[in-house]
Amino acid sequence: MVNKLIVSLSPHVHGGDSVQKNMYGVLIALVPALLVSFYMFGLGAAIVTLTSVAACVFFEWAITKFILKRERSTIMDGSAAVTGILLAFNLPSNIPLWIIVIGALVAIGVAKMTFGGLGCNPFNPALAGRIFLLISFPVQMTSWPVPGQLASYTDVETAATPLALMKQAVHGNADALNQLPGSFDLFLGNNPGCIGEISALALLLGLVYMLWKKIISWHIPVSILATVFVFAGLMHLANPEVYASPFAHLFTGGLMLGAIFMATDYVTSPMTHKGMVIYGVAIGFLTVVIRVFGSYPEGMSFAIFIMNAFTPLINTFCKPKRFGEVVKK
Amino acid sequence: MKKLDSSLKNMLLSLTGFSVVAGALLGWVNDVTADPIAEASAKTLSDAIALVVPGFDNNPAESPEEVEADGVTYKVYRATKGGEFIGAAVESSANGFGGALSVLVGFDAEGNIIDYSLLSHAETPGLGSKAADWFKKGGKGDITGKNPGQSLLKVTKDGGEIDAITASTITSRAFLQAVNNAYAVYMEGETDASSGASRQAEAPAEVSDTDASSSATLYAHPSDTASLNNQKGGDL
Amino acid sequence: MNNLKVLLNGIVKENPTFVLLLGMCPTLGTTSSALNGMGMGLATMFVLICSNVVISAIKNLVPDMVRIPIFVVVIATFVTVLQMVMQAYVPALYATLGLFIPLIVVNCILLGRAEAFACKNGPVASFFDGLGIGLGFTIALTLLGAVREFLGTGKVFGLAIVPENYGMLVFVLAPGAFIALGYLIAVVNRLRKA
Repeated sequence: MVNKLIVSLSPHVHGGDSVQKNMYGVLIALVPALLVSFYMFGLGAAIVTLTSVAACVFFEWAITKFILKRERSTIMDGSAAVTGILLAFNLPSNIPLWIIVIGALVAIGVAKMTFGGLGCNPFNPALAGRIFLLISFPVQMTSWPVPGQLASYTDVETAATPLALMKQAVHGNADALNQLPGSFDLFLGNNPGCIGEISALALLLGLVYMLWKKIISWHIPVSILATVFVFAGLMHLANPEVYASPFAHLFTGGLMLGAIFMATDYVTSPMTHKGMVIYGVAIGFLTVVIRVFGSYPEGMSFAIFIMNAFTPLINTFCKPKRFGEVVKK
Repeated sequence: MKKLDSSLKNMLLSLTGFSVVAGALLGWVNDVTADPIAEASAKTLSDAIALVVPGFDNNPAESPEEVEADGVTYKVYRATKGGEFIGAAVESSANGFGGALSVLVGFDAEGNIIDYSLLSHAETPGLGSKAADWFKKGGKGDITGKNPGQSLLKVTKDGGEIDAITASTITSRAFLQAVNNAYAVYMEGETDASSGASRQAEAPAEVSDTDASSSATLYAHPSDTASLNNQKGGDL
Repeated sequence: MNNLKVLLNGIVKENPTFVLLLGMCPTLGTTSSALNGMGMGLATMFVLICSNVVISAIKNLVPDMVRIPIFVVVIATFVTVLQMVMQAYVPALYATLGLFIPLIVVNCILLGRAEAFACKNGPVASFFDGLGIGLGFTIALTLLGAVREFLGTGKVFGLAIVPENYGMLVFVLAPGAFIALGYLIAVVNRLRKA
């Protein structure tokens, strides 16, 4: 195989980039959000995160070894661990262990290894796991613990998320919007929600780190966030009684987590900058549409999933011109 | 036999011929099954009514009483036993989380809820769709035996005493609203009916004891007017 | 002996669901439980046998250029008969299968068998072909329905095997149908090769 590679003239400089390096970079960027989740949800967050990562890595190892019968194991490249953490970030901290294991099996087994492993999966594995669980176990997946109950796991007190309140406002409960926490609380993360999605601040720190290390480019996160802000803002201006403010939309639910960590997955997002912007704008638009008009309170995961399916089409549409190609009139 | 060739005459003849045979066959089957089909669909409805108002010996499904309130049509099926009025099943609807939610509620002559049956809904599967059993006897939000005339049915979050379905407050509110509206329509029919003498006389009196306004006007939750208006425009 | 071969061909070698991948719409739409899947399979089998026999009997009376409209008339007639009979005598199953009964008309298995088999063979062979393909379809739908019902609600044919709380709701819904069908096809083809 190696001999068949066509090599051009020297000198060559290796960029030093590798799957490992990028994946460990993402892991570092996830640390602030992880710390916030420990601070807010304590024991529950730790149990869920550990289980999820362990289950994902285990399934990746087991499937590679026993079903695909490949020699080389891929667990050390860190992608299974990233999937595990992202999956945990998308779960409430009081979810039973067996549900996490099913989620990990779907994420790694169904969404990733079935298609041939890292690089071949059309959909983001962690998202596939989350959506599978959300549809399968709606009660467990939408009972959100109130932050601050550090020592408890499945026996916590639960409450409606800001997004559920926003949904009630659309459905005619005039008081719901007044019960929303202030935008600043939402920004810091002091509200019920999934483990990793609550603190916009921590996630933005991760974004800054990844931009600084050039792990991702700014196009996808910025276009998603800007679209949501503008679209939600227009709706808010049209009827502030029913539609929540754009800041509330930005800082609640999985928007930040999705825009920064899920939508930017290399494998499932477009390759060119132009494609990334189309992809981001469409995700932002779909998210608000589902949040406001759909039957689920949160639309981020579905929006990313839908656009994952469009990624090959966007790639074809935004293919860069070959050097020297004559522009067709 | 040789295969017919595709001349215009052959094609016309065979197409016409087969269509006539098919039509005749269908006509005959339709004739045979028309009565059983009508019976089966009447039985479905009367079974549903029997479920929520047991023990009648008339045929309530035959003559529903249509009551219109705020632009929504409610169907009231009156059940009698030995000529005596024993209760009614009321078909009511409200706007749930995913769209219109329609429910058949059975009341006894005093207005106590006997049972209900969720006819159709578009709620989230596994969440709101639990309304089919949640409010029944033995369910966590049991409403059987309660009388909306004494105190309107409300979820605990709104200061009532009914436990809402886990993670589906909107569906629960809509469901209870449909039940309350069904009660209002039922009681309105009671007081308005000119042949009221033959029916239970205490029922209207009992309502005026407790909350006269609820018998005359539909229970109005802040969201009611909006959702009732929405229904005129049909399901989203 | 020859007829037995035709029968087995429909069940195993040319199984309409797992091998030919025909009739995917009712396959995905009606298999939310084993019983529904079986009901749909049997309904399709009834229409398939009737239309196969009739079409092979009249094949010489049908000019080539209008054969498709005539086949469709034959199939649609039997579907409508079935629909009325089910509505009259098994209203509960009819209510569950609903729209999918009239949609048997456009199920490509029926027209496919009419074109590929019935209009070239005699009524007896066509009967066995209809029976075989119909059984193959019924078995596949029942199997898929059972898998989905078990994973989705913990039951098979309504019998509880594990508590319902452990059911994965997604398998009762449309996305689960695709996932379950995909893995089932993979498993069946693996077994066929072995």
